[in-house]
Amino acid sequence: MERPVLLEVRDLHVAFGESQILHGVSLDVRAGGITALLGRNGAGKTTTLRGLLGLVPRTGSVKLAGDELARLPAHLVIRAGIGYVPENRDVFGSLTVAENLRLAERPGATLRYAYVYELFPELRERAGQRAGTLSGGQQQMVALARAFLNAENRLMLVDEPTKGLSPLMVKRVADALRAAAAVTTVLLVEQNLSVASAVATDAIVIDQGRVTFTGRVADLIADRELARRHLGISGGAAH
Amino acid sequence: MLLFVTGLGLGALYFLIAAGLSLIWGLMRVLNFAHASFFTVAAYLAWSASQHVPADAPGLRLIVSLAVGTAVGGAFAALTEIALIRPLYARPTGQILVTVGLALAALALVQGSYGSDPLQVTLPDALTKTTSLAGAAIPNSRLLVIGAATAVLGLLVFFLRKTRYGLIVRAGVENREMVTALGIDVQGAFTLVFVIGGMAAGLAGVLAGAYDGSIDPARGTAILIFAFIVVVIGGLGSVTGSAAAAVLVGELQQFLNFYAAAGVGDFAVVLLLAAVLLIRPGGFGGARA
Repeated sequence: MERPVLLEVRDLHVAFGESQILHGVSLDVRAGGITALLGRNGAGKTTTLRGLLGLVPRTGSVKLAGDELARLPAHLVIRAGIGYVPENRDVFGSLTVAENLRLAERPGATLRYAYVYELFPELRERAGQRAGTLSGGQQQMVALARAFLNAENRLMLVDEPTKGLSPLMVKRVADALRAAAAVTTVLLVEQNLSVASAVATDAIVIDQGRVTFTGRVADLIADRELARRHLGISGGAAH
Repeated sequence: MLLFVTGLGLGALYFLIAAGLSLIWGLMRVLNFAHASFFTVAAYLAWSASQHVPADAPGLRLIVSLAVGTAVGGAFAALTEIALIRPLYARPTGQILVTVGLALAALALVQGSYGSDPLQVTLPDALTKTTSLAGAAIPNSRLLVIGAATAVLGLLVFFLRKTRYGLIVRAGVENREMVTALGIDVQGAFTLVFVIGGMAAGLAGVLAGAYDGSIDPARGTAILIFAFIVVVIGGLGSVTGSAAAAVLVGELQQFLNFYAAAGVGDFAVVLLLAAVLLIRPGGFGGARA
């Protein structure tokens, strides 16, 4: 049975001045599991996430479980039940790990500290340490933990979480994403195709600000011609 | 000792203006040239309010002045943020123009209403006396200004380190978009920071009257220039950095103006600013509270 649609984006346009970045992106993310948002560098993947959150001016429709969010300011879009892990982690370097997490707490929400510390035990040990002094991998844990903390989050938007990380840390992040996908829905922007194909079931490809492919990751990676056309790579190479 | 305490008093006034400027710039990236207006308007409205208190109760007059000045500074700042700054968040040039315009208009309004000559401030006897410190007779009004600024510093540090809104402000100084992306309404923090800055500036307006023995429409603008220097030296967004820089600037000015020649201290402060910009452009406090 097909999973219900959790996130429905229609005709999303984003422009910076004269430069049009998204040309009417429409996509569906089904509830549960991980959907990979793929595409070449500069295709518009990060802008799609930022656009649907309202962090950049945009037009179009963004529905979460049927509720229209496009008219809300960004902080209310997030409060509708979205956790966001930005591309460059964006931890607050001058705040401690504990303060970074405390900031992510939403009033009235059920907080999953036990779950977060089970995924990333280092964060409990380093609770009093300034986040700016952590390694890149540890900062990524803080960024993921902030998004995972609120149990009410129905959707995680995770932007290139393995960028610049060691192979060991990439594996830990992939494991954390799988764990998150067991309890919520993840929309994952990922340049590392081996990670995307290992954790995601569905794929959406964006090219030049437009959706060019929607389907299963396995089909995209296995079909050499499909992968070449949409991602500019040879199929199978990513395995 | 007298010179040191007088420099400290001057630094205390700079700090009360600089703390708000620094937080406003750090969080909102707004260069608020109207900050001196909060100081001036608060000082004059507080003086007017104090005139309704019987002259034989100067202590009560001072308390009323301090309360009215602080409240007026905060209310004026809130109105400025809501009516003038908020519609211009995406237009920094517009913000500069509107705050410069407000500063000029407020100054003209005060001069039109009260005249350009200084108005005498009646102080309680206790403040016109001196206290002996290390052999020097220190005017109590200096000690009041220093004590008030120290209390404000303590309250601000407590607010920034121990409250959720303080946490939001500290995080917002670093990356306000990420604060929004955590589901937090940064707009509320913007208004709050403006109000806090306005209250401190309003308090400074009244305290400057106690420090100088009079209020003057041009005093706010003169202090604002040095407060901007303090903000840059202390580090944009850093309250403790502003406090340290305010003391440094106040003392440098006071000692050089006394021992070298009048005006040398002011010039030395500008040289210090240039040196800090060359050696440590982020200031001494960085972006931390």
